[in-house]
Amino acid sequence: MPTRVLDQSDITRALSRIAHEILEREKGADNLVLLGIPSRGVPLAHRIAERIAAIEPGTAPPVGSLDITMFRDDLRLRPARALERTDVPAGGIDGRTVVLVDDVLFSGRSVRAALDALSELGRPRAVRLAVLIDRGHREFPIRADYVGKNVPTSLRESVQVRVAEIDGTDEVIIGEDA
Amino acid sequence: MKRHLLSAADLTHDDAVLVLDTARELAAVSTREVKKLPTLRGRTVVNLFFEDSTRTRISFEAAAKRLSADVINFSAKGSSVSKGESLKDTAMTLQAMGADGVVIRHGASGAPHRLANSGWIEAAVVNAGDGTHEHPTQALLDAFTMREHLAGGEGDLAGRRVTIVGDVLHSRVARSNVLLLHTLGAHVTLVAPPTLLPVGVETWPCEVSYDLDAPLPDSDAVMMLRVQRERMGAAFFPSEREYSRRYGLDSRRAGMLPGHAIVMHPGPMNRGMEITAEVADGSRSVIVEQVTNGVSIRMAVLYLLLGGRS
Repeated sequence: MPTRVLDQSDITRALSRIAHEILEREKGADNLVLLGIPSRGVPLAHRIAERIAAIEPGTAPPVGSLDITMFRDDLRLRPARALERTDVPAGGIDGRTVVLVDDVLFSGRSVRAALDALSELGRPRAVRLAVLIDRGHREFPIRADYVGKNVPTSLRESVQVRVAEIDGTDEVIIGEDA
Repeated sequence: MKRHLLSAADLTHDDAVLVLDTARELAAVSTREVKKLPTLRGRTVVNLFFEDSTRTRISFEAAAKRLSADVINFSAKGSSVSKGESLKDTAMTLQAMGADGVVIRHGASGAPHRLANSGWIEAAVVNAGDGTHEHPTQALLDAFTMREHLAGGEGDLAGRRVTIVGDVLHSRVARSNVLLLHTLGAHVTLVAPPTLLPVGVETWPCEVSYDLDAPLPDSDAVMMLRVQRERMGAAFFPSEREYSRRYGLDSRRAGMLPGHAIVMHPGPMNRGMEITAEVADGSRSVIVEQVTNGVSIRMAVLYLLLGGRS
């Protein structure tokens, strides 16, 4: 049966902490660009940027989205999929610190695809990864720099992140895969 | 989506919107420093052109290359086709070479259908113009151009009024456009002299008029078709002068269009015949954009047909 592991205020607190951690470790927001991975990474990236702007008034890190569909390694395994938006902030990513934002870190394949997609857009100074949920079971040597919550799962379980901007509600649910 | 793109009628409303949306995302790639995606790496696309066509062939070639596909260009001139090889034998050669996609332009209507459905090859077939039948990617790029200008680049073309003028009889562009625009909810009026309308045009999902001045004030887009001199064995109108006076788009007629309306032409143009140079180079003209959008549309079609599991 589905279990709710995070509710709205848990998500808000987790994103606030991530915003603080980013500011602390990157020593300010000057050179940051946040890129969300569609679909749910994008609203999460916007929220983290809003927190950062609230913590350090006068800063407004640019936010964009990065579609990874064309770079996936499982394209041939499924019928062709519709593309999502790629939106690079006007200043570009060259020489900046890019924080990739995604909802769930699982196998690490999406992040690998995102790193490939990024290299077509420019040459960032550094790339970091922020995720709301790390559910384990990595298949690639990839780890997140900023994690909202570590949620140990079995491979048979599914993790669903719902965000108000897309799903009308904020919560994280773990269910048994049918 | 179906496995092949042979006719604009193969596309449902949702398919057509998916192609347009995909093309819109892919258009951004052409503005980047690295104009390439790895998506079709290791796939082979054969451009099989039995008829001359520079712009369509290079458009497909650019599209396939931007998606990292290997491209083989095959033109009938100087190939074994000029030595009498049949379409079937050519197809079997392509199959033996491991083509994943075949883009075919052929003088005979129905050749792409034959190629796709006779079991000769496993590749996905894209019709790049067959005889006087269809040219679906042209219709898609036209719809894309209209959507960018008339519908904010989103959704379909519901309620938009499109007037297509000229040699409908010999035009695969007109047929594909009528079918696709109808699917997307637009209202199409064909304008042509009676001699340049095909038999059975009354069964097409559009209106027909012999008078160009009447539909212009209500048109959101007007598309001029090339008078295909090379296909005109017989006389279809008394003189070129009379044709261009009755069915040509000049500044006076362009002035009758509403302020937001766009002028289109699939190219190549006969300047001074179906369209004056002034109008072709004027501010309403989106003719150059159509060429740019052609690459994005063909990328979208190749991606959707070849990018996933076949």
